[in-house]
Amino acid sequence: MNDALYTRRRMVNNAMFALTAVCAAVASGTLLAILGYIAWQGASSLSWDFLTNLPKPLGEEGGGIANSIVGSAKVVGLAGLMAAPVGVLGGVYLAEYGRGRYAFAVRYAADVMNGVPSIVVGLFGYALIVQPMKRFSALSGSVALAIIMVPIVLRNTEEFLRLVPGTIREAALALGVPRWKVTLFVILPTAGRGILTGALLALARVAGETAPLIFTAFGNRFWDNGWLNPIATLPHTIFTYAISPYQDWHNQAWAAALILMIFVLLVNVTARVWLRPSSGTSH
Amino acid sequence: MTTAVLDRVRPAPGSRERAGDRLFRLAIAGFAGVILLATAALAWQLASESAETWKTFGLAFLWTSDWDPVADVFGALPFLYGTAVSSLLALLIAVPLGVGAAVFLTELAPKRVAEVLMFAIELLAAVPSVILGLMGIFLLVPAMRALGAPYGVGMLTAGLILAFMILPYITTITREVLLTVPRPLKEAMYALGATRWEVVRGVSLPYSRSGIVGAVFLSLGRALGETMAVTMVIGNNPQIKASLLEPGYSMAAVIANELAEAASDAHLSALVAIGLTLMALTVLVNGAARLMLYRLGARR
Repeated sequence: MNDALYTRRRMVNNAMFALTAVCAAVASGTLLAILGYIAWQGASSLSWDFLTNLPKPLGEEGGGIANSIVGSAKVVGLAGLMAAPVGVLGGVYLAEYGRGRYAFAVRYAADVMNGVPSIVVGLFGYALIVQPMKRFSALSGSVALAIIMVPIVLRNTEEFLRLVPGTIREAALALGVPRWKVTLFVILPTAGRGILTGALLALARVAGETAPLIFTAFGNRFWDNGWLNPIATLPHTIFTYAISPYQDWHNQAWAAALILMIFVLLVNVTARVWLRPSSGTSH
Repeated sequence: MTTAVLDRVRPAPGSRERAGDRLFRLAIAGFAGVILLATAALAWQLASESAETWKTFGLAFLWTSDWDPVADVFGALPFLYGTAVSSLLALLIAVPLGVGAAVFLTELAPKRVAEVLMFAIELLAAVPSVILGLMGIFLLVPAMRALGAPYGVGMLTAGLILAFMILPYITTITREVLLTVPRPLKEAMYALGATRWEVVRGVSLPYSRSGIVGAVFLSLGRALGETMAVTMVIGNNPQIKASLLEPGYSMAAVIANELAEAASDAHLSALVAIGLTLMALTVLVNGAARLMLYRLGARR
């Protein structure tokens, strides 16, 4: 009787853990499946010409996505230039002076913005810039992406600044260094690696965003010029090509996805490897 | 959690803040204020741009289901329904999977193996949603069709793709929560002769309940607002169908598809009204999630 019960409990135990192992295998295997499939589908259309040429006119086979790659770099780069100072300095404020009602409101707003769907941020960019100027533009796309980046960078900066030991601050202050110099030249560099990695990860995240760009950057089949014209971006090109009815465009969508995926993976893996030595203190 | 690090270094009584310090403090407070300004501007823009719709249709906009841009008649129910159903489907699939994976990774797997698997799961969260949508169109949709779904695209397909998007969030947060379960509690139960699974069921999971619920709400917030992957596979049909295999539509998807080509001001305003509703929904859901996870933090 007791033996039977014991066997049953052991069997339940083994069965449940086999089940959780399957869950873990599915969860972690998905990434491999995605990477493998993209590499397989994308590699066949990938070539030097694909990377350096403009798209061909509709109906002609071939052509490349050079304008999308450059466009993504422009839009994401400008977004980073706008978001980094706001996010980092705002994060410094929260970490070093962040008490009271004002800081609470800032933190709260950052959390709200962090949860706002990216398509809604796109709507905001549209209403704020595209409508008044009556034109889709690279600038409006960058602003939308920057709005997505700021709360991520802000909270990340705050977190890493909090890890800087109080003794370092006290040592610098005890030497009579003004507090602003302590903050900018002692504390900020100490947390620099974490802050930079966080900013890079945020950059990789928005580089893959499509929704906020559909009606801000809009897309373009030619070279754009300046900041006030529609511009092609990699994720948006993937989207347009994927939902098109042409086989050739489908192949190009896979190749473009491979490029985007390689970029995102590179940044993520680099960030993690780079952060590892200090990861012992980050938890 | 909200106290500044420098609290310990208080200025001596009677000392004044240096002019440079004051200037610096005000300047960076200004940078922090940008996010306040952006949030306020966002809410205001959405409210004012959608005012026309609220005036014309009132709150009934949310529970009528005629969507006819040509006749300027708008009702958002099909989109609300599609967003809700696809997100709930995603939770239904991803929560058991994610919690199961987290249990395996914390309680059973050797540390090295767990680290490698977690790395893969976290990277899954970094995959751009347009790429998941691409996989959806060319892999999942044909597969669904082969399995007997009439169109391939539809509510269930969208729910499946969404499930893979939120799986990493559920797994990582649940794992973090499970790691906080105090050892002595588990050891007490082992000492009574419990099996590993009985400890998980009797101690670890109940102890982590509010954290897991927090993770679920956080993932729900993500799923509600997810645009690209859903737009690409949900079928884009503004009608409420009983079958999950029929094409539907979601709030984010209709904005993505129609805004750039919105012909009339009324159409534009209706789309912004949907955006405002979507934002309100996600803010509510995320607020609930934070409340759950905050409670957990307070206990820790």
